[in-house]
Amino acid sequence: MKISFNINGTAQTVDVDGETPLLWVIRDTLDLKGTKFGCGKAACGACTIHVEGMQTRSCAYPVKLAEGKNITTIEGLSQGDELHPVQQAWIEEVVPQCGYCQPGFMMATAALLNMNANPTDQDIDDSIVNVCRCATYYRMRKAIHRAAEIQNNNLLK
Amino acid sequence: MSLPAKMIPLLLLIVVAVVWGNTAIDTTQKLAAHSQQKASTTSDQSLNQQQAASLEGFNKMMDVLTHKRCVNCHPAGDRPHQGEDSHIHNFNVQRGPANMGAGALTCNTCHHEENNDLAGVPGAPEWSLAPLEMAWEGLTRVEIARSMMNPKINGGRDLKATVKHLTEHKLVLWAWEPGVDHEGNPREKPPVSKEDYIAAVKQWAENGAFIPEK
Repeated sequence: MKISFNINGTAQTVDVDGETPLLWVIRDTLDLKGTKFGCGKAACGACTIHVEGMQTRSCAYPVKLAEGKNITTIEGLSQGDELHPVQQAWIEEVVPQCGYCQPGFMMATAALLNMNANPTDQDIDDSIVNVCRCATYYRMRKAIHRAAEIQNNNLLK
Repeated sequence: MSLPAKMIPLLLLIVVAVVWGNTAIDTTQKLAAHSQQKASTTSDQSLNQQQAASLEGFNKMMDVLTHKRCVNCHPAGDRPHQGEDSHIHNFNVQRGPANMGAGALTCNTCHHEENNDLAGVPGAPEWSLAPLEMAWEGLTRVEIARSMMNPKINGGRDLKATVKHLTEHKLVLWAWEPGVDHEGNPREKPPVSKEDYIAAVKQWAENGAFIPEK
């Protein structure tokens, strides 16, 4: 079936089985490899993207539901050459270790900052539940607070 | 052969006793029948019959409403439950201010309008927790029913609206199409068929929405 949506600001129409997880359409059909497969069961968060600005597990999102929606992946998080506050904070705090899960964490963090410009540690615990095998959680927490600071004070480099 | 003269009074007494006895039994039966006929036309008897019919529907309805497919999302706390063992929802999922999750982790991060059997994630329209005041976890059947019928905590529903919610809302009826879990195993359905459940809710309501004392 043909499904049309807007992804990272670009209109796209794909012709695929409507039950196909959006993750595989993003990776295999649209060749955007930043979004990762982790568990395939909406549990680990590696595949997190935004659908209408809300964090969504793309492995458990049939592409047919994407019809007419605005979708953002890690490739579309920044505007042109300018980094997103979350990306800059991630670099400053040297968060990634192996890096595989990080796009999902960064998309979840960006969604949180869209809703809550000054998240507390509790807010972070309640909203960011992805899984990191390298256990970078401590650095991520620092980076999330730093991202809020960058966003709130126009500290983008 | 003739009877001895002294036995004649005794026989007469027996005959009289039998005839009187039969008459008495007949009279008693007639009185009972009359009484029954009279009772069946009184409002009290009619109410009792209605209560019995309503109670029959109530019991079947409650077999469903106390099932984990319903109670998992009517928790008494701020965490949803999940699974056949009704464990606390994984991933630190919280109720949140609108019963749709906390902060950026909403129900719709994972749950959508329909089941996703590829991922084992259940879904239905308006997937969310019941508000805390509609908590059923830990309540008896009677307490659940009283709560369900209290417009102060049931979303302002009258009986008609309550029946409509119980028999037509897609999230309620999802219980009979619960999909598969993360290992591909079908989720357990309520112990009453959807058709029988809907009929039971209507039978309960149409006969006075009777709620027993215990």
